[in-house]
Amino acid sequence: MEFLVAGAIAVLTACGIYLVLRGRTFSVVLGLSLLSYAVNLFIVATGRLWIGVPPLVAEGAGGYADPLPQALVLTAIVIGFAATGFAIELALALRGASGSDHVDGEEPRS
Amino acid sequence: MNHAVILPVLVPALAAVLMVLAGEARPRLQRALAAASCAALAVLALGAVQHTGSGAIEVYRLGDWPAPFGIALVLDRLAALMLALTAAVAIATLAAATTGPEPWDRRGRFFHAFFQFQLMGLNGAFLTGDLFNLFVFFEVLLVASYCLLLHGRGTERLRAGFHYVAVNLAASALFLLGIAALYAVTGTLNLADLALAVSRLAPADVPIARAAALVLLAVFGVKAAVFPLYLWLPRTYTAAAPPVAALFAIMTKVGVYAILRVHGLVFGPDAGASALVAGPWLLAGAVATVALGAVGAFAAASLAGMAAYLTVASVGTLLVGVAVFSAASVGAALYYLLHSTLALAALFLLAERIAAQRGGDGFEPRSPVAQPAVLGGALVLAAVSVSGLPPLAGFVGKLALLQATGGLAAAPVLWAVLLAAGLGATIALARAGSALFWKTAAAGAPPERASFASLAPMAGLLAASVALAVFAAPVKRYTDATARQLADWRLYGPKVLRESGPRSARPYPPGDRR
Repeated sequence: MEFLVAGAIAVLTACGIYLVLRGRTFSVVLGLSLLSYAVNLFIVATGRLWIGVPPLVAEGAGGYADPLPQALVLTAIVIGFAATGFAIELALALRGASGSDHVDGEEPRS
Repeated sequence: MNHAVILPVLVPALAAVLMVLAGEARPRLQRALAAASCAALAVLALGAVQHTGSGAIEVYRLGDWPAPFGIALVLDRLAALMLALTAAVAIATLAAATTGPEPWDRRGRFFHAFFQFQLMGLNGAFLTGDLFNLFVFFEVLLVASYCLLLHGRGTERLRAGFHYVAVNLAASALFLLGIAALYAVTGTLNLADLALAVSRLAPADVPIARAAALVLLAVFGVKAAVFPLYLWLPRTYTAAAPPVAALFAIMTKVGVYAILRVHGLVFGPDAGASALVAGPWLLAGAVATVALGAVGAFAAASLAGMAAYLTVASVGTLLVGVAVFSAASVGAALYYLLHSTLALAALFLLAERIAAQRGGDGFEPRSPVAQPAVLGGALVLAAVSVSGLPPLAGFVGKLALLQATGGLAAAPVLWAVLLAAGLGATIALARAGSALFWKTAAAGAPPERASFASLAPMAGLLAASVALAVFAAPVKRYTDATARQLADWRLYGPKVLRESGPRSARPYPPGDRR
């Protein structure tokens, strides 16, 4: 499972960085979303990987998983979601105002 | 517990909610609420400075949870100083945004609500004693700053805005990465507890902590606009509405504050194997920032653009003091921080008034200004202050900084770059002044004279800057005491943490590597 989680984080980060460095606003927003998914998985993994235990003290559960990363990741997801929504809206407004979906708001001179 | 500690966060939050409830149809009510909130913040900040002046550290435990578990707000000298600076800049920029022939707060929707949310984020970031909570307040102030930056719309603002938002979202992802890596090895997020845990790390965990420290340095470097992460700043600040740009003068200082807090306290001199891990990187970046800021000021095509590059240079200057991290250098850097924020905010506001009378912001020949004596005098005052010439506060701060760094091996380079940048800023501002006031083209209709009210915010900031030079001795004593308090975990930690008991909620012991 460690390899699977670490591999997923690595693939998401790599795709995210590639997309963020692209020249079109849509790719950049997608890349930022992928980066935030990678970071969220990473936060969950910092509490170690647990199977079949709840993140709280419950009778008969046989232990509990570290609750703090799960609380942190909820906050991070909410903030990331809102920020991505804002970025999409901004990208649309920029496309409407400048007539180009390039991140600089104008087509590059070739 | 002293409940006043949390008021600097609650007052603007409440004001913003009331403004949204009042709606856009009642602009006068919005202004009244904004003024009331800023006045309350000023009173609170002055009270905080006065209260912490004796060296007291006030801790506010949210929900009365013991410190490593709950979130603690900590009011110490540094936090009080930053609250006071925020309140001062907020009052001036609010006044600037509500005066003038076409006040900025009427050119878009919900300016005042975003303004208050921005203040809430700033104050929260300065007060919190928890690393993750710092991230949350960073997001609050960033989201508000996105909206303020876009206030008034326009294609140029949208272009600069997308860069700003994308850079900051990437930085937020890195911030979370750094926090999570630090939590993985220490099991805590409270800054006081983190400092303790980092100093006691097992050798195998030290590289992760050091990596986390440098990731966090990169994040704060983006906010503070340190070389090579400053590229977003000049375009953003030039495109923003002038009162917003003046308010943003304090945004870069949030990054500096976070570096001071995290790298001064958690990775400070007592952090064992990770002590002062950021120092060499930060020093090199700061020196490059000063040099490039001065070069950029020469290349700028407008006074606002020049002010943006001078902001970059000023951040570099004060980060030199932070990177050295001795009590004397941090004390000098904090004094310079106060001065540069006030002076640069004044410069942004002044640029707007000059541009309004010339009919444009650039240095190309345009119609002459209507009040050359007033505006020219203000520009001279601001220029002398920003470029660090005697007798104003910039000179005092830079002199203290040079004295504090004199003993270092890198001192010849530091001194050369700082002094050359000061000279560069002087020449660039002198060129700007001669271009703005003497290079005139045939005028059409004579420009409208600025009313007293629309000049008052800028004059107030300049007066504060002059007062900073007049009362340099007491202010410098306060910032020096702040620097000493900041570097000493024994003054901060025991106040925040309870004496004994479990330190982490993790169901496995620290150092467990499963």
